[in-house]
Amino acid sequence: MLPRTYFLAFLVLLALLPHVLYPVFLMQLLCMALFACAFNLLLGYTGLLSFGHAAFLGGSAFIAGQAAKVWELPIELSILAGTLTGTLLGVGFGLIAIRKQGIYFAMITLALAQMVFFYALKAPFTGGEDGLQSIPRSNLFGIIDLTHEVTMYYFILALFLAGFLIIFRIIHSPFGQILKSIRENEDRAISLGYRVDRYKLAAFIISAALSGLAGSMKAMVSQVVSLSDVHWSMSGTVVLMTLIGGTGTLFGPIVGAAIIVSMEHYLGEYLGSWVTIIMGVIFVICVLTFRQGVVGELEQRLIKRKLPFQSQDSTS
Amino acid sequence: MHIKSLAGVTLASLLTCTTALAAGISDDKVVIGMPSDFSGIYADLTGKGSAIAAQMAIDEFGGKVLGKPIELLTGDHHLKADVAVGITREWLDRKGLDAVVDIAASSAALAVTKLMTERGKITINNAAGTTRLTGKDCSALSFHWAYDTFALANGVAKAMTLEGNDTWFFITADYAFGYSMEADAKQVIEANGGKVIGSVRHPLSGSDFSSYLLQAQASGAKVIGAANAGSDLRNTIKQAKEFGITSSGQKLTGMIFFIDDARAIGVKEAAGLSVLVGYYWNRNDESRAFAKRFEEKANKKPNTIHAGVYSATLHYLRAIESAGTDDGQAVAEHMRKLKIDDFFAINGFIREDGRMVHDMFLVKIKPANEAESDWDVFEVVRTLPGNEAYRPLSESECALVKN
Amino acid sequence: MAELLGMPPQLFFGQLLLGLINGAFYAMLSLGLAIIFGMLQIVNFAHGATYMVGAFGAWMLMNYLGIGFWPALILTPLIVALLGVILERLVLKHLYDLDHLYGMLATFGLALIIEGLFRQAYGISGLPYEIPTQLQGGTNLGFMFLPNYRAFVVLMSIILCFGTWYLIERTKMGMYLRATTENRELVRAFGIKVPRLITATFALGVGLAAFAGVMAAPIYQVNPLMGNNLIIVIFAVVVIGGMGSILGATLAGYLVGLVEGLTKAYYPEASSTVVFILMIIVLIVRPSGLFGKEQ
Repeated sequence: MLPRTYFLAFLVLLALLPHVLYPVFLMQLLCMALFACAFNLLLGYTGLLSFGHAAFLGGSAFIAGQAAKVWELPIELSILAGTLTGTLLGVGFGLIAIRKQGIYFAMITLALAQMVFFYALKAPFTGGEDGLQSIPRSNLFGIIDLTHEVTMYYFILALFLAGFLIIFRIIHSPFGQILKSIRENEDRAISLGYRVDRYKLAAFIISAALSGLAGSMKAMVSQVVSLSDVHWSMSGTVVLMTLIGGTGTLFGPIVGAAIIVSMEHYLGEYLGSWVTIIMGVIFVICVLTFRQGVVGELEQRLIKRKLPFQSQDSTS
Repeated sequence: MHIKSLAGVTLASLLTCTTALAAGISDDKVVIGMPSDFSGIYADLTGKGSAIAAQMAIDEFGGKVLGKPIELLTGDHHLKADVAVGITREWLDRKGLDAVVDIAASSAALAVTKLMTERGKITINNAAGTTRLTGKDCSALSFHWAYDTFALANGVAKAMTLEGNDTWFFITADYAFGYSMEADAKQVIEANGGKVIGSVRHPLSGSDFSSYLLQAQASGAKVIGAANAGSDLRNTIKQAKEFGITSSGQKLTGMIFFIDDARAIGVKEAAGLSVLVGYYWNRNDESRAFAKRFEEKANKKPNTIHAGVYSATLHYLRAIESAGTDDGQAVAEHMRKLKIDDFFAINGFIREDGRMVHDMFLVKIKPANEAESDWDVFEVVRTLPGNEAYRPLSESECALVKN
Repeated sequence: MAELLGMPPQLFFGQLLLGLINGAFYAMLSLGLAIIFGMLQIVNFAHGATYMVGAFGAWMLMNYLGIGFWPALILTPLIVALLGVILERLVLKHLYDLDHLYGMLATFGLALIIEGLFRQAYGISGLPYEIPTQLQGGTNLGFMFLPNYRAFVVLMSIILCFGTWYLIERTKMGMYLRATTENRELVRAFGIKVPRLITATFALGVGLAAFAGVMAAPIYQVNPLMGNNLIIVIFAVVVIGGMGSILGATLAGYLVGLVEGLTKAYYPEASSTVVFILMIIVLIVRPSGLFGKEQ
């Protein structure tokens, strides 16, 4: 099977990368990649554009950080606490927003996320603009020392893969098929007797939970959580990562996250403030020339090459 | 043969060890990093200007210390603490980073300082003003150079209260630095017989401040203290003039105020405002000489932060020279021991909490018709000795301070 | 002293009036955004950047050409509208038949480019721009000191909003515009050059934002990021008014200004959040906004 070979190659690549690239950078990338994948489950496979995902990422990062630092929970429980926070926020947001359509849905999620931002700003435990500092990394299961970055990398990689596999399973399950049918034609899904709102809500909560997982991982990796993690621009960033990589593709969000995180991390050193301008140019070029994102476009080329006579209908 | 090779290895490692001690420079170079804001709201106050200042210090030191080259790394942290930590960690692990200077935004500054201290390396904070850096979060390896929010709030509030402005109303940014500035100012106002009769807290990055100004006006306080910064402060000042508040006899004062702010508001609108600065380019021949060299490269005059970065970098390099090593612990000791002697740190010395105490200057913004050039905006009213400006050690929360 | 809702009446009315003034800016900005959305079906993320360019335009005319506020008030929106035409022809026209998302991505990219370029050229601190001499000073209204310039802002905003409403609801061009939003093909069949009409609408929306920018230059900072934080508030205003509704966008602008003004008096910390609370409430009660058509 084609996906399986891809997937294996992908695994090998991820396992070898920390010996080539800097592991901390890779961990940050994996966190953002999982965040983008979780977002893509909603946008790419259900057709819902949320503009409030920063609340799940940042909210759970703050709770995970608080759990590890103040409640002194071990790392696995802290991450669980963060993920639960993401899930609960997802339930709350979902119940209020899920009946809204299109831009109204995006705006109401944005509004709710702004409430979370306001809370994070006012709540004393987040440290306001100083952020939550020096979050400890306890030993995993009490024995594995995570202060070593490569060890930590494999731990984060395991979590990432777990999240990624959940998404993979969902997409290829009957539930995922229903989600896709909602994306394609909501009215038809309704007329087929599906309770569309419930499916959408479930997808929304799963997406929020996985974003929460990503946020908790991020808190443990950087050992600092700041308000920028709950700021609306973070919600914008995840939309961009997904679109650049390719919505509705399995690997697209990962590629998109890699592009944006590396630009943030590496280009600043050489290009200084030109980075944001270059990002802007890339977004515009992306929309004008490779609208399906890097991965989406590649996939289409591959399909075209394989099936030269059917290429016309595959574009629709 | 086995034993022989082992002995060879030991001998070799011993030799490298001794040479390392003699030259004392890890990885044969000294690497100074600057994770800062190059594109966000602090980009003018630090950013490229700070990078230029640090490079000037390196060049004027001769580009080498103890015979080894000095390298400067810069990175844009986009005001995100996690990005700042990521960049710094990579420099530590991959590029042999020895020290960090500057760092804008308090969340990033606190996080990077923590990381550097863990790794036994030096941090010299400049752009971030939070007193946590020399208070609760102080360390033997980190320093705070150019200014802090306590000095600014304290200096301005004291000077104004002593002039008889004894009732205050605060317009405070709804952020930790806003609260701490308001609290610091309040303390000194009350100690000098004044009173704070009200305050209002506003969200960060607003554009309209007239509502708060009106509340301040209604309070009847003699002084309106703006405990906010950047564009918030500039808008507050600009709109206070527009709403006739400053012309009706109430005074307005800002705290975190730089020369760039004066230029951005327009000297005409800001005239009469008193603020505290750590450096003003047109104060004496030495400060003017630095400003001239800086301007040739940066195309603008330096502010307190830029001059502070220069001074801090230079002092760090001198300490390496005097310590004979770039080992963090040793350099930190020599930084504390060594006299700081440059145009910036007037009567400067480093306290046990890492605070570089130096004279600050109370300045007033000149009326536009008295300015000789575009950048001639301040008139130095008086010098505030370092010991009066900074938080006394007796009130310190720093664990290194033995009370 | 008699109190009104827990504060002295003069302060209360003062806050209301200030809220109305800020609402005037929101109305001018959301109006342009609503027109562009109604016609092009594009959520224009570059609207804040356009507003910023308007303010910079006024500054540049003054500092490079010595052209003062009054001519700039006319010239800048025209110049910016012209730039808008170029952008529309180069970028946006490729996006009309696509999902909203692509419009957002492209305009967000444009905003990054525009704001970035201005930041490169002028730094981040902002530039001074003076209130025109004719409008300096103010009037004492008894309950507050109203700067003449602010009164002028409200007046211009009302004139502008009314003018735009008239243009769209009462003129032939407006009729075509409204018809095009309903059924593009049909209008084309009647021999109207629809693409040209769309370009003109975009230019109008952009020009309105630039006009607001010029108006803002003397009282706010002329600063590359001045539109950056405003943009999501303006989105919220448009949604509260009902997407695509001109009247809704205008009235919601004033409404949000007033609500914000009162929040600033009672719980100022929440004043930048209150617009979102308002939006949630409105969307729960009226899912399509105050004046939006039911979907």
